[in-house]
Amino acid sequence: MASQKDTFQQKFKIKGGDFIKAGESSCEIRNILKGIGIDAEIIRRVAIAAYEAEMNVVMYAQHGTIHFTVNPQEIGIIVEDRGQGIVDIERAMQPGYSTATEEMREMGFGAGMGLPNIKKNSDTFTITSKVGKGTKLEIVIKLNNTK
Amino acid sequence: MTSKKITLAQAADALHLKVLCGSEKLTRGIGGGYTSDLLSDVIAHAKKDDIWITLQIHSNIVAVAVLKEIAGVIFVNGREPDDETVKKAQDEGIPLLTSTLTAYELSGKLYELGIHGQR
Ligand SMILES: Nc1ncnc2c1ncn2[C@@H]1O[C@H](COP(=O)(O)OP(=O)(O)O)[C@@H](O)[C@H]1O
Ligand SMILES: [Mg+2]
Repeated sequence: MASQKDTFQQKFKIKGGDFIKAGESSCEIRNILKGIGIDAEIIRRVAIAAYEAEMNVVMYAQHGTIHFTVNPQEIGIIVEDRGQGIVDIERAMQPGYSTATEEMREMGFGAGMGLPNIKKNSDTFTITSKVGKGTKLEIVIKLNNTK
Repeated sequence: MTSKKITLAQAADALHLKVLCGSEKLTRGIGGGYTSDLLSDVIAHAKKDDIWITLQIHSNIVAVAVLKEIAGVIFVNGREPDDETVKKAQDEGIPLLTSTLTAYELSGKLYELGIHGQR
């Protein structure tokens, strides 16, 4: 594990239902990684994962946080929310499965590709959820290998 | 062989696109194009320097465009976003344009101009 001084970290707050601000934390994460000169392909994967995770909080939870860390080995994105939680995680992970409302679908959300794309772009991905309480995603993208 | 990339300004001129914001960024070369209204699809598959053709006009498209380093967004069917979205795009340096054509027609015409999907 990297020592504390090698680790950059930042917390972001996400408000459920706020479609205006939605995506801003992901943009900031991207800017930070660009600023420290991270490889473009790694940033591409982080951007996809962070955006999809952030949007899920906006769509399906009341509020949440992103805990973003960078150390010399890896980028970590932990997204935790208070919200409805997920009844059947295996089903939620299926491409195309979505409980998005008609209104969200009209806005171009609800393709059911968010969780599958987060998984595809992560080196390690874990999801835990409690119905009625909330959901936690732990995403790690390694810096020393390209996927 | 690589031919010179067409710019947004040239495309706007040729196809009578209305520029809503980002007029100072129109000299940027367009790498390719992506036509989609599904945000998960765009975030996963659009490429840097692509022009994005969509009928979505809400403000979240700006975040997607920033994250993907999209060269510009063209709205179809004459759709125009609200002032708040235009301001956000202006602040983020994302040109927004609009066309009275349908997504199919506009994509076809952009392809004819030499903007391909490069996939
Ligand atoms: N943070 C979350 N809280 C509650 N439910 C979630 C959360 N993230 C995902 N889900 C559930 O999993 C489904 C699939 O998510 P996803 O793959 O991102 O597709 P989409 O967001 O397009 O529906 C969602 O429709 C929703 O039912
Ligand atoms: Mg989603």
